Amino acid sequence: MSRLVFVLPLIALAVLVAAFGRGLTHDPKILPSMLIDKPLPQFARPGIQPGAPGFATADFRGEPKLLNVWASWCVSCKVEHPVLMQLKADGVPIYGLAWKDRAEDAQATLTQSGNPFARTAMDFEGRTAIDLGVTGAPETFVVDKHGRVRYKQIGPITPDVWEETLKPLMAKLRSEA
Amino acid sequence: MSGGPSTTPASAGTVPPPDRRSERSGRRSVQFLTKLRVAAGRRLVGRLAALSLALLAAPAHAVLPDEELADPRLEARARHLSQELRCLVCQNQDIDSSDAPLARDLRLLVRERLAKGDSDSDARAYIVARYGNFVLLKPPVEGATLALWYGPAAFVLLGGVGAWAMLRRRRAIPEAAPLTPAELARVDTLLATDEHGRA
Repeated sequence: MSRLVFVLPLIALAVLVAAFGRGLTHDPKILPSMLIDKPLPQFARPGIQPGAPGFATADFRGEPKLLNVWASWCVSCKVEHPVLMQLKADGVPIYGLAWKDRAEDAQATLTQSGNPFARTAMDFEGRTAIDLGVTGAPETFVVDKHGRVRYKQIGPITPDVWEETLKPLMAKLRSEA
Repeated sequence: MSGGPSTTPASAGTVPPPDRRSERSGRRSVQFLTKLRVAAGRRLVGRLAALSLALLAAPAHAVLPDEELADPRLEARARHLSQELRCLVCQNQDIDSSDAPLARDLRLLVRERLAKGDSDSDARAYIVARYGNFVLLKPPVEGATLALWYGPAAFVLLGGVGAWAMLRRRRAIPEAAPLTPAELARVDTLLATDEHGRA
């Protein structure tokens, strides 16, 4: 009993230190997505130009795709842009959702620096982004061939992120039934 | 406001005091003390003003007029609900006081849900379904948050039990046996004599 009186507070302290240590090293900006292993929420967004095709939930079927949330005002998206261009050249289908962006600004960015997207859609009101649980741009959802979200990348896709995380995941999703 | 000269004694000019120098320094110190008092008074007024302003100040909020609902009851509910929801951009602020565009979108969404007839908990659940419990500034009591809610009480309890156990052990030291008649007699003789053995 008397041994316990001394040991218990030490154990409690160790647990506290471990909990606080974990909290301090964890980036609070990276929130776990609520959508992992769930189907994409229902949406249908218009394209940039009137008449241009946007995309909808139903378009995320058949093969694994990336859904990239970006904006012309987003600086990190410019960092990510060359990587996306390379992915396009490698044949990775990326659907781009322009978040809280004006059509002319989004179009100007794509015209100027190149369009990495198989399709682009507008979310000026940010309502679809809220349904997706987006907290900032860029965010990229990896969607499998059944339209389920399997992973969310928060922040730009760097070459490392692609090589180490997203590329193996996409390969795995392609091989899934 | 100048308070110094008025305190000079009226008699100072008519009856020359024995020592002029001490009179002058005395007058100067009176002026100095008066100035100090005035300054202290001003400081107090300033502090009271600052305090009353701080008490009057309404909490900052970022709700723009175009966001507000026409129905004041719904608007009050929306305000209350917004104060419980975390802005996901500037994470330690509620969406009611945040100027972030996403916070505005969420405020509008909350109002839209309430206007559609959602209860407060429906509207809250709608946002939690998209952003998780992190969006709630006050985390719900559930498995993962038990330590958060009851941890402090558990630590107080643990410390209390420990302290109680230690105190009890300290008290358990046996009391000394009473003196025997022979010892008492010796004490009496010791007390009756001084350090040299004299009675």
